[in-house]
Amino acid sequence: MNALLRLPARNRELALIALALLITTAGFAAVQIARAEALSWSPLIAAALFAAAYLAAHVALRLYLPDADPYVLPITAVLAAIGLIEIHRIAPDLARDQGLWIALGLALFTAVAIAFRDIRRLESLRYTCGALAVALLLVTIIVGTEVNGARLWIRVAGLQIQPGEFAKILLVVFLAGYLRERREVLAAPARRVLGIGIPALRHALPLLILAGAALVLLVAMNDLGSSLLLFVIALAMIYVATGRLLYVGAGLGLFALGGLAALQIAPQVQTRIDGWLDPWSDEQGACCYQIAQSIYTIADGGVTGAGFGRGLILNDAGGTIIPYAQTDFIFSVIANEMGLAGAAAVILLYLLLAWRGFRIATQADDGFSKLLASGLAVAVAFQAFVIVGGVVRLLPLTGLTLPFVSYGGSSVTANFAIAALLLCISQRANRERG
Amino acid sequence: MNARISHLFGAVVVALVALIAMTTYWQVWARGSLEARQSNVRLVYRDLEIDRGAILTADGVVLADSVPGRLDGRDVFLRRYPEKGLAAQLVGYSSLLAGRAGLERSLDPELTGSTSDLAGVRNAFDRMRGDTVRGDDVVLRLVAAAQQTAMDRLREAGSAGSVVVLDPSNGGVLVMASTPTFDPNDGLAEALDAPGSPLLNRATQGLYPPGSTFKVVTAASALDNGVVEVSTEFPGGDCIETGGQELCNFNGEDPGEHDFGYALVHSVNTTMATVGIELGEERLEATMADFGFFRRIPWDYPADQNLASGIYNRRGNQVPPDANVDEARLAIGQERLLSTPLQMALVAAAVANGGQVVQPQAVQEVRAPDGSVTRRPQAVFLGRAMTTETAGELRLLMQQVVDEGTGAAADVEGLDVAGKTGTAETGEEGLNDAWFIGFAPASAPRYAIAVLVERTGGTGGDVAAPIAADVLRALSGS
Repeated sequence: MNALLRLPARNRELALIALALLITTAGFAAVQIARAEALSWSPLIAAALFAAAYLAAHVALRLYLPDADPYVLPITAVLAAIGLIEIHRIAPDLARDQGLWIALGLALFTAVAIAFRDIRRLESLRYTCGALAVALLLVTIIVGTEVNGARLWIRVAGLQIQPGEFAKILLVVFLAGYLRERREVLAAPARRVLGIGIPALRHALPLLILAGAALVLLVAMNDLGSSLLLFVIALAMIYVATGRLLYVGAGLGLFALGGLAALQIAPQVQTRIDGWLDPWSDEQGACCYQIAQSIYTIADGGVTGAGFGRGLILNDAGGTIIPYAQTDFIFSVIANEMGLAGAAAVILLYLLLAWRGFRIATQADDGFSKLLASGLAVAVAFQAFVIVGGVVRLLPLTGLTLPFVSYGGSSVTANFAIAALLLCISQRANRERG
Repeated sequence: MNARISHLFGAVVVALVALIAMTTYWQVWARGSLEARQSNVRLVYRDLEIDRGAILTADGVVLADSVPGRLDGRDVFLRRYPEKGLAAQLVGYSSLLAGRAGLERSLDPELTGSTSDLAGVRNAFDRMRGDTVRGDDVVLRLVAAAQQTAMDRLREAGSAGSVVVLDPSNGGVLVMASTPTFDPNDGLAEALDAPGSPLLNRATQGLYPPGSTFKVVTAASALDNGVVEVSTEFPGGDCIETGGQELCNFNGEDPGEHDFGYALVHSVNTTMATVGIELGEERLEATMADFGFFRRIPWDYPADQNLASGIYNRRGNQVPPDANVDEARLAIGQERLLSTPLQMALVAAAVANGGQVVQPQAVQEVRAPDGSVTRRPQAVFLGRAMTTETAGELRLLMQQVVDEGTGAAADVEGLDVAGKTGTAETGEEGLNDAWFIGFAPASAPRYAIAVLVERTGGTGGDVAAPIAADVLRALSGS
């Protein structure tokens, strides 16, 4: 172990990636054995593609970001591998797509790592990013298609894309740039009202507009999860920038009001709340079927789990017992087949990833990098919290993806871009520290 | 800023640890209680690995069996119901969609081979060796040919209804038909909220005013208690006054001076009501209890799919006995008295059986996979509802009902049928619940029958009695 730690960062990374690849291979083999199906090439091709893509990304890091954090990429590898194995177990066809998207995600990862190996380049693009984020969200609202009542998707050349996943990153970049610029004036109140410091309107206005826009999005997209995520990321970054809990409190209050309004307007939100409060009231009904099946599936796993490929996930029609098991409910499937041990491990991996993200933030020596790294770390960790919280009935259910694990091209590629940005920040901090 | 970043990380730690705590709660703490929930379809999924036993009729028709299939990468057995809606409510279903009901639920331990006797040990060995666990086959007393006749005739009658035939000597359920019906193979989802509630087993869950068929119970009580004899004379008249209201004979007829026997055969309301008043509520309700009223009839069918016959209030709740009802109206089967067809079949069976009330039995025998018989239920008697003498007197009177009274249409050539008709008003103009109860052959009864047709324009004699004749004909092969 000590020998491993003494290795230079990139060698350590390579060793950990090799370990992740071992898990991937073992997992695929376990599924094939458990399901007693004829050995087919498709999972082998997927595994090989997976390995090749990770090794390529690793080589790119050696060349362009040699001093960057060595743990981020292996953590994503384990998460992506677990997701890929469970998706393969649900439907081999989906795993082929997912393998492709992971490869695509790692290509994007490499491109971002090269393009922004000097992270200051991104800071100058902050307003472009902000405008792009708003444009993406507007496009979604205008030409988006509804899936299960939520308007989160657009169709481009036969592909379904979720622009919100990318808008989220662009928004974090914008906020990091904007807050670094204005954080002093925002932190220092211009005047006091009832003993509470209020910042000058012209500095706070863009943030108020942002908050308003997020609430509009909430209603327009009919999706509590995405808007809550965007809102919390923004509040977390404002807190890091200004240290003022007043903004956080006001923001959460605003969101609660928006949520209450959504409750009146969108019946779907009310249904989700009903299912959260009492999933047993109507187990076959719209409110509760998904969440009840999710809980049964999780509980069924017990401490050690059924084993890869050995759980009861598919129904007699060949579909999944829980609808959307490969996207929203992938965590329930993991908890079923890997048990509490595996489920806790997955959550701890997010904790580890968040820890690396926040560590990169504290080690960075400029405000933009600190804010950017914090925002990105919160984005991944809070997204995992909201969707897992939904399927374990800690929170009302929302339709978010589990980063790196859930099936879906937009989600997978966007999260790899986040990982790449974190490493770019890390490179600069580590190099300067020498 | 670094301090604030640490605070943020602290918040993330709290949030993610909460997730682990919640997951632990489901997987460790709540796991057992969730596994035991009947609404957990995983229970049904798990049992698919067992080669669930078949359900057959006495004449060898397969009502339910299991065929090999694949589910989520494993070999399983999927349930099939080759006869579709023939006895769908009695057999019930074992479904991934809706769980279990009917005999599929109550006989589940035998069908899955999980009874706690030798079969259990044998299956434990099979499981250890990785062999398929095979459940026992169940042969019912049901006669498919007669069941088919009952279903066909009920369907022709148009409205919903039920036919129950019991073997009075052992309680064997020879026919249990209920319409409308459903196809348990692929019609369950549709049936769950279809009009006419096809999932409802009207034989055990349908509550109807028994009308004049209940006069058999009143007569049994009156004769047994010495309130009247068959030859006791009663005056004529079209109506009497009771409880401040007029109580009249069917169509306001005046039978003239007549004896008690005539009053039963010709269903004279005024006389039966007068007898009811003399008998009093307490004694009449005691006889009812002996016949099985006021409680769920115990037999091999899920208890919650059996409703108790008795007196119900306007909110649909059962009123306990001795609740100060109008005994005159109770005696002629009114006064919010509601009965299931199975209960009325038991009344007929008790008369046929010399007064003994027999417990219904769906199962003729249970067979292990190797063909050996593991269980052959014996007849169980629930008690005596009347003396043998009273039963003999009622038998003669009920024969007259078919020979010369309202039940003429139930007559079957060469099968000496005894019976009683009933026509209960539903409260809707021109719509009655039509009844026929009876048994045959009168001298040595092999069949006790109850027929009910819901909400029909006709009377018990017009609508229900001919159905009884056809079903009895199918059973006796004449």
